[in-house]
Formats: sequence, C-alpha cells, structure tokens
Amino acid sequence: MGRPLIHRSPMPGLGLSMGITLTMISLVVLLPIGALLLKGASYGPAGIWETVNRERVWAALFLSFRLSFLAATFNLVFGVMLAWVLVRYRFPGRRILDAAVDLPFALPTAVAGISLTALYAPNGVLGALASGIGWKIAYTQWGIFVALIFVGLPFVARTVQPVIEEIEREVEEASATLGASRLHTVRHVILPMLAPAALTGFALALARAVGEYGSVIFIAGNIPLKTEIAPLLIIIQLEEFNYDAAAAIGIAMLLISFAMLLAINLIQVWSRRRIGYV
Amino acid sequence: MTAPFLPPNLPDRIPYRRTIPPSSRTQKEKTVFASITLAGTVTAQGPIVERHIDGRVTIADGFRRLTGWPITRALRGTLSAFALALLALGAAPAPVRAESLLNVSYDPTRELYRDLNEAFTAYWVAEGNEAPTIEVSHGGSGSQARAVIDGLEAQVVTLALASDIDKIAEAGKLPADWQTKLPHNSSPYTSTIVFLVREGNPKGIKDWGDLVADGVDVITPNPKTSGGARWNYLAAWAWAEKNGKDPKEFVGALFKHVPVLDSGARGSTTTFTQRGIGDVLLAWENEAYLALNELGEDQFDIVVPSVSVLAEPPVALVDANIKSEGQRKLAEGYLNYLYSPEGQALAFKHYYRGWDASKAAPEDVARFPKLDLVDIASFGGWAKVQPEHFGDGGIFDQIYVPK
Repeated sequence: MGRPLIHRSPMPGLGLSMGITLTMISLVVLLPIGALLLKGASYGPAGIWETVNRERVWAALFLSFRLSFLAATFNLVFGVMLAWVLVRYRFPGRRILDAAVDLPFALPTAVAGISLTALYAPNGVLGALASGIGWKIAYTQWGIFVALIFVGLPFVARTVQPVIEEIEREVEEASATLGASRLHTVRHVILPMLAPAALTGFALALARAVGEYGSVIFIAGNIPLKTEIAPLLIIIQLEEFNYDAAAAIGIAMLLISFAMLLAINLIQVWSRRRIGYV
Repeated sequence: MTAPFLPPNLPDRIPYRRTIPPSSRTQKEKTVFASITLAGTVTAQGPIVERHIDGRVTIADGFRRLTGWPITRALRGTLSAFALALLALGAAPAPVRAESLLNVSYDPTRELYRDLNEAFTAYWVAEGNEAPTIEVSHGGSGSQARAVIDGLEAQVVTLALASDIDKIAEAGKLPADWQTKLPHNSSPYTSTIVFLVREGNPKGIKDWGDLVADGVDVITPNPKTSGGARWNYLAAWAWAEKNGKDPKEFVGALFKHVPVLDSGARGSTTTFTQRGIGDVLLAWENEAYLALNELGEDQFDIVVPSVSVLAEPPVALVDANIKSEGQRKLAEGYLNYLYSPEGQALAFKHYYRGWDASKAAPEDVARFPKLDLVDIASFGGWAKVQPEHFGDGGIFDQIYVPK
C-alpha cells in the first residue's frame, strides 16, 4: 500500500493556526507590497527606469545602502561583543544594561533623531568635542551613520544572545585542554557557532537601516547628492503628489534589499553546510 | 520525551484509567488534558486525574502522578485582564453628541489655532450653540494636503499654499473655484519672509544680496517638502529680478550656501536656534517673532529685507467631508470667525498680518515694518509657479546638478 502524499500532522490546530497566519501575513505584508508592485506595474518598467536612472536618485540609493551596510557591519561586531559580555560576565548593572539594549526599539525614531542631533551638533556635548579636532558629525554622512547604528543595535545583540547562552562552557574548556590558544578557540570554536545567528541579526539590522527615515532626517542635513537618503526622495515625490515616481523609487529599494537579503541567506546556507546547524 | 517501547495505541494502555478515583468517575468527567506548573518554568502535561479543592490538579503523565497549578488558570487570568484592558480602551472615548470639526493646518500655526479655537468655542456657545469639538492637525503643508486627499476627514483646511488646496480640489473634495468663496483670495491673514540673524548681526546681513557673500551659511527648509521654503525661494527670486540680477543664477548661488535642508519650517528654526548652525535663517515673519519671544531677544535679531513676498496662506471648506447641515453651519461659522475683528486681532497677536486691525492691540499692528511685498500673481500664480520651479526636474532641481 502506497503512503499518502500528505500526512495529517499529529499536532492539533494546524488548519486554524495556518489560516490565521496566512490572513495576517496577507493583510500586513503581502497586500501592501502587492499594491506597491501593482502601482509600479501600471507605471511600466521604462517609467521606473527613467525615474531611478538619475544622478540624484543613484546618489541617494548608493548613500542609503552604503551607510546601512557599514552601520550593520559595525553592529555585527559590536552586537556580538555586547551579547557576549551580557551573557558571559556577571557585573553590577548587567540587567539594566541588558534592558537598555532594547531601548532603540521602544524609542520613537524622531525622538532618537532629535536627541542624537542635539548631542552631535557642533554646539552639542559630543559634537563640540568632535569639532575641536575638526570632525563634523551631525549634518554629514557621519551623522547618518551614527543614527543607523542606533536603530540597528538591538538586532544583532538579541539574535546572538540566546545562542551564546546555549554554548556550554565545557566546549571552550575542551578546546583549551586540547591545547588551543584563546584566539584559536574564539576563531574556530565560538565564532562558527555564532555565525548563522549573527548573520540573521546583520540582515535584520541592514533591512531596518535601509528603510529608516524618522531618525535620520533630523541628523542628515538632507543636501541633495551629499546627505540625501533614498527614503527622503520618496517623501519628496509624495509631496509633489507624484505617486508613480515614489512607487518607482520604492520598488528600486525593494529590489536592492531583496538582492542583498538573498545574498545574506545564501551565505547562511553555505555556512550552515560548512559547519552544520547549531 | 517519547517512549519508543510503547505501542502506538497509547491512550488505552496508560495506567491512569485504572487509577481514576471513584469520585471523579461518578462526575462522568471526560478526560481533560492540562498543563501544570511544578516549579518556576518547569511544566508537565497530562490528563487530569484529580481536582483539589485549592485549585491544584493532579495529572498522570504516563509514568507518575504530579500535582500543581494548572497553567490555564494563570492564562485565563491574564486573558481576562487583557480583555478588560481592551474594553476599557475601547470604551474610553465617550461619544460626543455635539458637532465636531477637524481643521487640517500647516506647521507654524499651532499657537494661532490654539487661541483661535478657544475664542471661537466661546463665541459659538455665546451664539446659542452647543459647545463644538474642534480638533487641529499640524504638519507640512503638502503632506497635510495629501492626508486629506487620501481620506483624512477634515471639514476645514488651512494650509500654507493655494496649490496644496488646488490638489485637494483636483481630487474632487471641493469645487475648483474655492478661492473665490472667501474674501482676500480666501486668506484671512498673510505673512512674509524675513531674516533671523544672530544677536548683533555679526555678518552684517542687510538684504538678499548679502546672503551669497563668502562665509555666510543660510538655513532654509527644503522647498520640495516645505510650503514656507517655497516662499523663501520666491522672495529671493523676486529680489534678484528687481535688482537686475539673473534670478536663476542668484537662487542657485543662494542654495549653495545652505548646509542643512530640513523638511519643514519648524525643523529649520530648531536647527538655527538650538543647534547653532548657520548665520541667517529665512523664516516666516511669525516664526521669526515667535523665536525671538520664546528664546529671548538677546540672542537673535530680525532683519527685514528690501523686497519680500506676500504669502497668502489660504483656508477652505472641504465640501466632501461635511456630513450634516449642523456641521456645515459650524465649519462656515469657523471660517467666517477668522475674518471677524476678534479673529483678526488674534492673528495680529500671533504675528500674522491680518486685514482688519479694528480690534487688534495697536502694538501688535505697529510692529510690522513696511516693505516691498510681491504677491504670487506677479509670478503667474501657483498653477504656473509650482511645476516650473518646484516640479520634478524644475528650476529648483536644476540647482543640484552634479558637476
């Protein structure tokens, strides 16, 4: 007797939970993106290309993605370190620090942007120090970089943290008894185990940074070709009631983001195949 | 943990069937599964064998009996608290029976409409009406217009630019000739663009021509996103025309001196006053006076250029969003009140140039300097200016062309 193609799952509630999941995903994610693509489709690929293929749009897209990538990379290193410190060491104020990591999630981005600007503007506390050595932070690309680090910080730390908690001390001890140096243990034992989670966090931080508008707009300076981010161009097109052009830039961002996330996922698949699941 | 040695028809063989106490059997209770907490986060699952008086239950997990608090109890408590909270939230905004009005306005009018709404409510009640609920929403003029087009139910719009209301009219929410319905091109108050400089005017800025001098940083919002900034741009354009300069070249040179382009007028004021960026702020006259008032006269000076624009922020009734006769009456009353001597006095008080100074405090009127004001009609009207200067690829966009 042949086996049926689909087994009824022994777990209860598949139909119901699947139904709710699909409805929610459609309402919240698929429909808006579908509407965006539909808008773009009515505009036509030639129209989209004409909107996007301009010096100013390319400059903004390049700026947005380059700074997002740099900020996510910074967060990758810093976030792993932060998670390591929070999990592995016991020190006074650890729980407060742990809670503070989530603050960028909770704070309205406009508030974050304004307070960062107040700090890093030439007359702010940190900005005054920086301008003492001739380094301008607010209203330059550095400002955007700082804001993007802020909004993306929790992603890497929070995805890596549970994985570090799972790693048993004995693994490191075994590595040490077998004669590995500390650096060797970190490079060949710890980091490979963290890599998949860290990459996931990196992808999340990157995706968040690319779309960030609220906090960046206050600290960026918004000068075309220099500090103008792609989401601002979309807002400008909307201000002109130019919905087609706004959708075109939106689609361009979506495609680039999709390509980047795909690349990250492929790296993840590759790293899993190399070192196995953790 | 699964026990691989157990046969597949597991439920029938589990020993608890034989050990169910007679008491529960007499209740004819069906087999009910429960999760219980044992200690902290340790839980166990299994069919209920016995219910205790204190609420705990005993379950059989196949190997042994365990007694603990059922999780459903805790969950039920949380859920009902959650439901109660939802109910409370849902019930909180008590339905108001009196007529309500939403005024969608632009950024720098916050203080003006706070006072006006209060005065109007008092006036409306004195006229023998029920106290209305008046709400105001503020934001960039363009995005406010877009919100109304997209369905924000504003009965009254009071925006920075006639072209923004034209867009709402194009969407069919009010008649195309809306600007003829009220006096003075539907603008109950006007304003102009002046310079705000740092105390003592260290860079010696007197007029538009000084703005393009070496080492002068100019703060203005982005004309693409801010209605006020369009007036800034046009004022500079008008000055260049009157002084025999090539306006396009002059405006281009001016925007090369702008280090920060905020998206709205308030943002620029903050950048200039709080962050200490720039030597001169191109601002609405009312915004400049407000900055002086709020932040101290010893920090900034107002410089009035020889030429500026007559900015006419228009108001209009949005016909499509009027739901009842009562609401129409209220909205019309509201707009007419803006033109009344009392409403005009408030406009003067908030540094707007009104038309009727009969009830205004004399010092509010006297503080406005006389200057050469150019109105939008001399540029050919918004219908021409908007696409030519600020449209996609228009003159403003051409300033920022990579070299």
